[in-house]
Amino acid sequence: MRIVCAKDCARGMLMIRNVFPVLTVVAVIFGIWYLACVPMNIKTALTEAERAGATVSTPGARERRDMSAIGLALANPAQWRDTFALKKPRLPAPHQVAVELWQTTVEKKITSKRSLVFHGWITLSATLLGFAMGTVGGILLAVGIVHSRAMDMSVMPWAIASQTIPVLAIAPMIIVVFNSIGVQGLIPKAIISAYLSFFPVVVGMVKGLRSPSAMQLDQMRTWGASKSQSFWTLRLPSSVPYLFTSLKVGIAASLLGAIVGELPTGAIRGLGARLLTGSYYGQTIQIWSALFATAILAAGLVAVIAGIERVTLKRMGYGK
Amino acid sequence: MTMTDPSPVISAKGLDLTFQTKDSPVQALRDVNLDIGAGDFVSFIGPSGCGKTTFLRTIAALEQPTGGTITVNGMSPEAARKARAYGYVFQAAGLYPWRTIAGNISLPLEIMGFSKAERAERVEKTLALVDLEGFGGKYPWQLSGGMQQRASIARALAFDADILLMDEPFGALDEIVRDHLNEELLKLWARTGKTIGFVTHSIPEAVYLSTHIVVMSPRPGRITDVIKSPLPRERPLDIRDTPEFLEIAHRVREGLRAGHAYD
Ligand SMILES: Nc1ncnc2c1ncn2[C@@H]1O[C@H](COP(=O)(O)OP(=O)(O)OP(=O)(O)O)[C@@H](O)[C@H]1O
Ligand SMILES: [Mg+2]
Repeated sequence: MRIVCAKDCARGMLMIRNVFPVLTVVAVIFGIWYLACVPMNIKTALTEAERAGATVSTPGARERRDMSAIGLALANPAQWRDTFALKKPRLPAPHQVAVELWQTTVEKKITSKRSLVFHGWITLSATLLGFAMGTVGGILLAVGIVHSRAMDMSVMPWAIASQTIPVLAIAPMIIVVFNSIGVQGLIPKAIISAYLSFFPVVVGMVKGLRSPSAMQLDQMRTWGASKSQSFWTLRLPSSVPYLFTSLKVGIAASLLGAIVGELPTGAIRGLGARLLTGSYYGQTIQIWSALFATAILAAGLVAVIAGIERVTLKRMGYGK
Repeated sequence: MTMTDPSPVISAKGLDLTFQTKDSPVQALRDVNLDIGAGDFVSFIGPSGCGKTTFLRTIAALEQPTGGTITVNGMSPEAARKARAYGYVFQAAGLYPWRTIAGNISLPLEIMGFSKAERAERVEKTLALVDLEGFGGKYPWQLSGGMQQRASIARALAFDADILLMDEPFGALDEIVRDHLNEELLKLWARTGKTIGFVTHSIPEAVYLSTHIVVMSPRPGRITDVIKSPLPRERPLDIRDTPEFLEIAHRVREGLRAGHAYD
């Protein structure tokens, strides 16, 4: 019993020790964010205050246009509160983003065009399809590269070159080409997503498949193992830890690819579309909440893979 | 340097092996002549770089000689490997972390196409042979270094090859574990009658285990002496305090020293 307690207490201590620094950092970030809202939004706030009949330090929006925002903020402390509550702020305050996130995820019906869950699912489906294609493609390429010198020499440079082309340049081309043959929506986005995620998988898998030591390979030779036997019993299991590291990078890249794929079409559905329409209409709160939804989704996806990784490696007996 | 057995299991004649490296060729073995008879326990001892590992690897067809001939059971090493003539134990246990001990031992059996029932039977048998009954379901990280090395020996024994080649299998273990494993190895050898090639840096280990001690010397790697042990096959640990034992140890030490004086 005492041992159990000691273990639990130690874990509790560790939690507390970790929680404090994390909370401090979060608090500092929010503090800076709120502080930044004041000068960023002060001009809009003053214009609205004036319209409502208040007196401000320098009357007239035109007069204020070229003045220092910090100077204006210092001269008008009465309007600070307003800078956190504008409808179209330059920089929305954290609670505005939080409220918008809450309203568009929990309070909206999933079928609504304003539901972030709806838009998130559109993007997520393209992400997952692209991720699956990129992963399968990446693994196959890696297997080819490891087993054939010719492929090692020919494919790897192309794979590297492909990643030096900005995705923003290639995404519209893919969308347009598919559009011209009548394919829209999910597939072209998934392809852009696969394009971004296959590379980390190739690199990680090549490294993993080559990770068995010379001794382990010699061992295989002394047993007279064939190439395919070495592959299935040694190379592939050895590569699993490397694969998971790549998958975590790959899934985040996939999400990015799916969102970028939504931008050039002027799509009306998906997180990318929310970013786009938000910027058309100056809906900064919508943009920020879409950004946060993306970040949360990415963190969730990476966490899911990390969870599968933990379970798999433990099951495989990689031990502590 | 020929041993007494009329039909040697391993026979090297005028064996040369030169590695082509970037700066200059390295002569790892020169004019090595050695016959190893069935059931012999042959230790290879000598300073670092004298070609012990290279010779063992040549027997196992992991290296190709550049001159001379070597036969295993009258065949080329390549053919002997296909006939599953030997098990090879490397310095590191090299167990697969994702397989249980039983899974590791059955790996070569899977590769060689043994049936499932036969694999299970052989795994049990070899686990008993190395004193690891009941550990089949454990993962390598759950075993001590000495137990892991025993498991790797079991893996080399599982397919019942007649020749066991071991390259410093106990090099990384402490003295007491090593003594124990040496004793176990001798028992195993007595029970199975295998031919064993064993590389070591330890004079007492070589003398305690072997019927023949091959003393080697470096640059170029060659055999300088082959000492036939007069000790009986049955050897309790305290045989190491007998005058006979100390005398052979002395001869080995002299041989090693002479090899050093050479360069
Ligand atoms: N693959 C290789 N390429 C080039 N040179 C090699 C290679 N393998 C071994 N050698 C060289 O051959 C010589 C003999 O090496 P070997 O590994 O057989 O020595 P050893 O007696 O086993 O030494 P140790 O006791 O340190 O294990 C050394 O000089 C070594 O540098
Ligand atoms: Mg060696």
